[in-house]
Amino acid sequence: MSTNPLAIEVNNISKSYGTIMALDNVSLSVKRGEIFGLIGPDGAGKTTLFKILVTLLNADAGTALVDGLDVVKDYRKIRSRVGYMPGKFSLYPDLSIEENMEFFATLFGVTVEQNYDLVAPIYKQIEPFKKRRAGRLSGGMKQKLALSCALIHKPSVLFLDEPTTGVDSVSRSEFWDMLHGLKQQGLSILVSTPYMDEASRCDHIALCNSGHVLDIDTPQHMVEKFDGALYAIKSSHMFKLLKDLRSLNTVSNCYTAGEYHHLLAGNSFDAKQLVQKLTTQGHKDVELKGIVPDIEDVFIKLLSNES
Amino acid sequence: MRGFLKFVKKETLHILRDSRTMLIALLMPVVQILLFGFAISTEVNNVNVAVVVPKWSEDIRQCVTKLAANPYTTYKGSIAEHDIDRYLRSGHADAIVFFAHDYDNIIQQWKTNATGNPSKQFIMDASNTNVAQAGAGYLSNILTGELQQSASLVETHMLFNPQMKSAFNFVPGIMGMVFILICAILTSVSIVREKETGTMDVLLVSPVRPLNIILAKLVPYFALSCINLTSILLLAHYMLEIPLTGNLASIIIVSLVYLVLSLSLGLLVSTVAKTQVVALLVSAAVMLMPIVMLSGMMFPIENMPAVLQPVSAIVPARWYIDAMRKLMIQGAPFGLIMKDFVILVVMTLGLLTVALKNFKDKLE
Repeated sequence: MSTNPLAIEVNNISKSYGTIMALDNVSLSVKRGEIFGLIGPDGAGKTTLFKILVTLLNADAGTALVDGLDVVKDYRKIRSRVGYMPGKFSLYPDLSIEENMEFFATLFGVTVEQNYDLVAPIYKQIEPFKKRRAGRLSGGMKQKLALSCALIHKPSVLFLDEPTTGVDSVSRSEFWDMLHGLKQQGLSILVSTPYMDEASRCDHIALCNSGHVLDIDTPQHMVEKFDGALYAIKSSHMFKLLKDLRSLNTVSNCYTAGEYHHLLAGNSFDAKQLVQKLTTQGHKDVELKGIVPDIEDVFIKLLSNES
Repeated sequence: MRGFLKFVKKETLHILRDSRTMLIALLMPVVQILLFGFAISTEVNNVNVAVVVPKWSEDIRQCVTKLAANPYTTYKGSIAEHDIDRYLRSGHADAIVFFAHDYDNIIQQWKTNATGNPSKQFIMDASNTNVAQAGAGYLSNILTGELQQSASLVETHMLFNPQMKSAFNFVPGIMGMVFILICAILTSVSIVREKETGTMDVLLVSPVRPLNIILAKLVPYFALSCINLTSILLLAHYMLEIPLTGNLASIIIVSLVYLVLSLSLGLLVSTVAKTQVVALLVSAAVMLMPIVMLSGMMFPIENMPAVLQPVSAIVPARWYIDAMRKLMIQGAPFGLIMKDFVILVVMTLGLLTVALKNFKDKLE
């Protein structure tokens, strides 16, 4: 099956829970040996897609192939080839690091020693604490253990559902370094995250929201094809500023982004005029500067295009 | 096979590390046996008896000696007639024996030609009907036994449990309950825990058939129940002095079938319940209540309303308890409990089939 150039192929998958459409006609494909990011807020349908791909759920419509195998017909075969790390910490808190590792190795009919090389870069970091119960580990350590357990059988495709949620930013960055290390070893990785800033660490990303895929591209290209001028703006009255800008018809969109508001220029937008106008409206220290959009800006633009 | 043993080991670790559950599982049967065997009993012991004797005589003295010597009654002394009410009200006495003024004459008359009026009166404190009834029975046995020997037409023999010890009756009931508790409830909770914490997802996404993992889960609980079976039988024999006459093998075989039945029940509950709390509630409501109420453990099936009697037939514990009573107390041969045994086996197979069929290897 390794002749198939695609690690994952999703064709028009739909899934609903009662009246809620969790996935609406979703299609995407993941090449072998790449990191593919599924990026979107809670409720985007990321976890549902994961569960369908790891054969835990059946889709209502559409087909999907993992490692060239059909997720419905060949689900048993798929189960031995993929590594799955669910969003919730899903190891045994009353077993030690070592015992968890051994258990998951046994589950896949291998030993920890057999595939030690693959997990070593990650496992070595927690190995000094191997007698400690998993329930007493910090968030970052739990995540490393969960990844080690998902890797121990040398899967060909790795599914990581929100692996960095609830982990501090240093550990998050480390985690992405580890994923790149795994990519070097030839693993195909599908990873989901609600953090837009992690998009740049992926080879391809799919931006999704409430069951729809908004766009699929490389993160660089997605930013490059952003059309329109984007500005960052701040003043002494940030909340009033947001209201004032939204009422202008030369501004097509304005939203908060940390210290600044981001402003997407509309028709006949003039930066100088805008600053003057805002000053007359009582804003002090108005600061306006053109910026390069990031993935979050792309996402918000795509969202507003949708509606 | 190596994998299977590893899974059993993992499950055993879960149990061993949850010391509270473990303590409950191992101590509960012991505590229950001790409670039902000694503390909670439906027998009436130590009926406090005072006597009112207007005129002492040799016959009366003999009667009082018998009262004082009997293990079921406690002699509280002789009191004056006007003290009767005070003694009963204060609880110093549960029963008063009032001898007639001319007791001697009447007895003499009775002994010679077997006629005469009642010569003594029992005054009972009937605020506790059990004590009053049993007490009256004891007193008439003790005080008129000798006289009746010559006249009585009915002779009663209490077979198998001549002292009417209630513990004899309870032990099989406790066994019926404890095994359901440990096998069915603990097992279902432990399987559902994997669903609730999400580890079941990870287990499912693996080459191992989930059923293997589940079966491995059952093994330690089965072992735990075997330990309990041993401790219950030892306690029953050595502390409660239940004879367990000569058919230990039958008792063990029927119990093992019942253990498997309980495990299947637990498995079935776990396929239905999504959270541990639900599993616990379902187990307690669907299993524990009927066992206590309908199995004949506490209330005789014959006394149940006609509607409930057929319902009790589907409670597995009913058949198990029935078989255990016959085996442990009557010392019946295996042939006599064939019906119970066959019903238990059929129920086990049925439950196991449904549970396994119900078990899904996908989420829903």
